[in-house]
Amino acid sequence: MKILVCVKRVPAPGARINITADGLAVDAAHLGFAMSPHEECAVEEAVRIVENTGGSTTVLTLGAIESEEQLRYAVSIGVDAAALVPTDGADWDPQRTAAGLIDGIKAIEESEGPFDLILFGNESADSGGYQVGIRVAYALDRPIVNGIKAIDIVDGRAVARRPTDAGVEEYHLPLPAVFGVREGINLPRYPTLKGRLNSKKVTVAQLETTAEAGGQQLVKLFRPAEQVSETVILGEGADAATAVVDLLQEIGVA
Amino acid sequence: MLLVVVEHDRGVLPGAAHEALTAGRLLAGQLGLSMQAILIGAAADGAAGEAARFGAETVHHAHHDLLSDYGPETWGDTVAQAALVLGAAVVLAVGTDVGNEVIAQAAARMDQPFVANCIAVGADWSVDRIRWGGSLLESVSLDAAIRLLTFAHHSVEPVEAPVPLVSSEFSPELDPSLARSSIRNRVAAEAGVTLSTAPVVVGGGRGVGSPEGFGILEELAALVGGKVGCSRVVTNSGWRPHSDQVGQTGTKIAPEIYIACGISGAIQHWVGAAASKRILAINTDREANMVNKADYAVIGDLHEVIPAISAEIRRRRA
Repeated sequence: MKILVCVKRVPAPGARINITADGLAVDAAHLGFAMSPHEECAVEEAVRIVENTGGSTTVLTLGAIESEEQLRYAVSIGVDAAALVPTDGADWDPQRTAAGLIDGIKAIEESEGPFDLILFGNESADSGGYQVGIRVAYALDRPIVNGIKAIDIVDGRAVARRPTDAGVEEYHLPLPAVFGVREGINLPRYPTLKGRLNSKKVTVAQLETTAEAGGQQLVKLFRPAEQVSETVILGEGADAATAVVDLLQEIGVA
Repeated sequence: MLLVVVEHDRGVLPGAAHEALTAGRLLAGQLGLSMQAILIGAAADGAAGEAARFGAETVHHAHHDLLSDYGPETWGDTVAQAALVLGAAVVLAVGTDVGNEVIAQAAARMDQPFVANCIAVGADWSVDRIRWGGSLLESVSLDAAIRLLTFAHHSVEPVEAPVPLVSSEFSPELDPSLARSSIRNRVAAEAGVTLSTAPVVVGGGRGVGSPEGFGILEELAALVGGKVGCSRVVTNSGWRPHSDQVGQTGTKIAPEIYIACGISGAIQHWVGAAASKRILAINTDREANMVNKADYAVIGDLHEVIPAISAEIRRRRA
């Protein structure tokens, strides 16, 4: 199996995000960066599939030159090769991002042959456009299903499962296929010493794109209005149980 | 014309479908367009009255052999064809898994932009949408021949606005190869409420201390017909399965009351819990983020407070 994972550099989850004075970007000062959580799981899944079935993994991103940090992290947990479609550092809209990745994937496949599987995160943690993987899959004429929390390769097909409120849906995709993977499909490993050494040595291939802006353009970022709610303290310790059950009965759940 | 894609699961409309029809009716009114709806697959034929009850002036029934069950590509292609053939200026759904997936598929096929998880559409197509699961917002301009968007789930309160039912048949031409991504099998969930539909969620964080510590949360949840949830720290520590995680990368909940126990309230967790009608935080730290944002709080050790609540419920029932 040849597997490609597409990732994105985003501020580390849980960080307090500040906006630049012009409202056009996230203030990167004092921020730690990581790949989106769904994508970290996609990388782990690719590494596991290749450990089981043989083959190779490649990680690709589109972004500022600093994104090499996330590509090298992927190598440190077992990915074999890394490629970057560099941007000017600005936040590209979803259509342009997809077009840039398509250019990158086509370039890799031209020289290395086609991938059997391409994995995306279900959505990026920061912009959350829910569409880049789908646009890429459509352009490459490959099937894609999002929200995937299990992948098995069975008789040359990808059997994937997606949990919903009603149960679990199962999809059987012919290869080559594309999936949007969700956190929880696995618990990603930590880098090994050998992995760290590999990540320092790996050459990040630099790819090019001529992608142009799409129809959705950022005007400004802003913070939602803080919900001003006075917290009612029902009590301290076990003595508060009476007031809590009064409340539960008042709203009809106890 | 504004076309609403009505989500359904083998003919059953989720609450999100009512949200989509309501959002569609309001936006169509704002833009001076008629609001029409598309129901994909014959299994949904019986839901046409429900769509009209929420204001769909015409309900289009998309019929094709390949539409007997859900598939991202068959549905997306159907929506793209319907938008072009029926002359939609706007195509809208609600940003559930299916809603975002289908609109993105349609947008890719039509080579049009798609704005996901909107919360407001202003003059001249200045659109506000959520980022970071709602902890940051952005205004975007949307320039397109056909505008595709989803409204964020739980951002619209469903309101009925009945109109007489007018049905119309729509027959898409679907390439048989598109069935490659359709559902092949299903495993039904166990009967009962799920995390996203539970009226009460009892959530535990780092403060629970261990996998075994969740026993008292399970007990309270069972007493009030609720479900147990948890924070990302808990799933990353392997204490609970990821399916229990409330948060941006887990499940977004909307219960009558969320009882958050020993949870500090990081943004990633908060955005999954923010749609709760009420939040009760139980925490030893009076300054915890969760306590500040909650409607109600009990200051104390969850290992003492939760068993006392369960005991009090039993006492009153006895």
